[in-house]
Amino acid sequence: MRDIHYNTIAETVARLCIEANTLLPGQVEGLLCSACESEPYAPARDTLQLICKNACIAREQGMAICQDTGMAVVYAELGQDAHIVGGLLSDAVNEGVARGYTDGYLRKSIVRDPIRRGNTGDNTPAVLHLTLVEGDGLKLTVAPKGFGSENMSRLCMLTPAQGLQGVKDFVVETARLAGANPCPPMMLGVGVGGTFEKVTELAKEALIELREGPHPDPYYDVLEKELLEAVNALGIGPQGFGGKTTCLSVRIKAYPTHIAGLPVAVNVGCHVTRHASALL
Amino acid sequence: MIRLTAPFDKKDLKTLHAGDNVLVTGVIYTARDAAHGRLCAALEKGEELPVDLHGQTIFYAGPTPTPPGRPSGAIGPTTSMRMDAYTPAMLAYGVNALIGKGGRSEAVRLALKENGSVYFAAIGGCAAYMAACIEQLDVVAYDDLGTESIKRLVVRDLPLTVAIDSEGNDAYAMGVQTYLESV
Repeated sequence: MRDIHYNTIAETVARLCIEANTLLPGQVEGLLCSACESEPYAPARDTLQLICKNACIAREQGMAICQDTGMAVVYAELGQDAHIVGGLLSDAVNEGVARGYTDGYLRKSIVRDPIRRGNTGDNTPAVLHLTLVEGDGLKLTVAPKGFGSENMSRLCMLTPAQGLQGVKDFVVETARLAGANPCPPMMLGVGVGGTFEKVTELAKEALIELREGPHPDPYYDVLEKELLEAVNALGIGPQGFGGKTTCLSVRIKAYPTHIAGLPVAVNVGCHVTRHASALL
Repeated sequence: MIRLTAPFDKKDLKTLHAGDNVLVTGVIYTARDAAHGRLCAALEKGEELPVDLHGQTIFYAGPTPTPPGRPSGAIGPTTSMRMDAYTPAMLAYGVNALIGKGGRSEAVRLALKENGSVYFAAIGGCAAYMAACIEQLDVVAYDDLGTESIKRLVVRDLPLTVAIDSEGNDAYAMGVQTYLESV
């Protein structure tokens, strides 16, 4: 059993909030740079170049890449041989978010109640996802989620008869409906299977974890590539003013589901799909 | 590149065409969801607005807090669609131009045409770059709303695209069509 202190968690979360909002993950920047080279439509290319320039300025000046510094989605992968001391994990995470968003001059975008509104003033609470894993460590990932893209996300409980074609149509239709709103070039996280709530978690994980390399299942690897091509054929382009680069990546996560169902969810991300992780 | 000074003259707005790239220098005001809710509630009641926005430009934006030593924090457009419900009333009141991102409703397009107003798009997610265009930022109303308060901005060479011109032409539809025809 290894002790992990509340203060260490809060400090780490605070640091990750700032890091995630100012440093674009290398993989996303790489995708943007490649898009600059492969985009055939000149106005779209100019926009992509400005987006790349912005990421450099943010990194050099320690400024937020986007003014929407998001709702803090925090993944805690806790080793089942670790022991958190000094307070509750959720309190430590929220304290870290409050500190990070205040010290880092990040935007406070959270309202206390969805209908009655009222800004909480420190960007808390976070959305915390806790999973138990092997070992005695704690991996923390902060993924700030902007709502220009979050608002364009969709969920559908398809029937088994709608099958693969139903999934494809739903993903492409989601991108079409999103249009210029989610700050394209967008990134799509697709969840298939599970239950009503599980499928949205899969979609978010697929979007955020930015898996390196091809999908481990060749069936889904082919589907990801096919969906990327289909979405880019829409011609929405960077910022919605036309172009090839509508989408930078499609990532799918699948999970077993019920004999009666085929849930599908698409979590839409913008060109500033970001996260930062640390292992304690 | 077309250079414009804000606030705009409607005569100058008439010369702009959907898809034009412009650089804007001058004074604009931020207002997003919560501020629009309050402004339109005041208009409905026939009350005076806390800021005179006649002839002015509204930027749908909520910046990050201003760090020490800088005029502004990171700033950029939010999705305009969410302001669609308020926009015809704001244009009827006398706002001249709007800045945001993404498409607008048919009602907004028609209201822009009717009022000879223009909707500009700023590039979303380029907030560190755009911060360098802000020379001065002052909260002028609804301070309690935090990032959603109304701020008066003095901007220099803010890069924008005419998204819907005063004739109601939509650069989003035109841009996608031009690209698709080119491939």
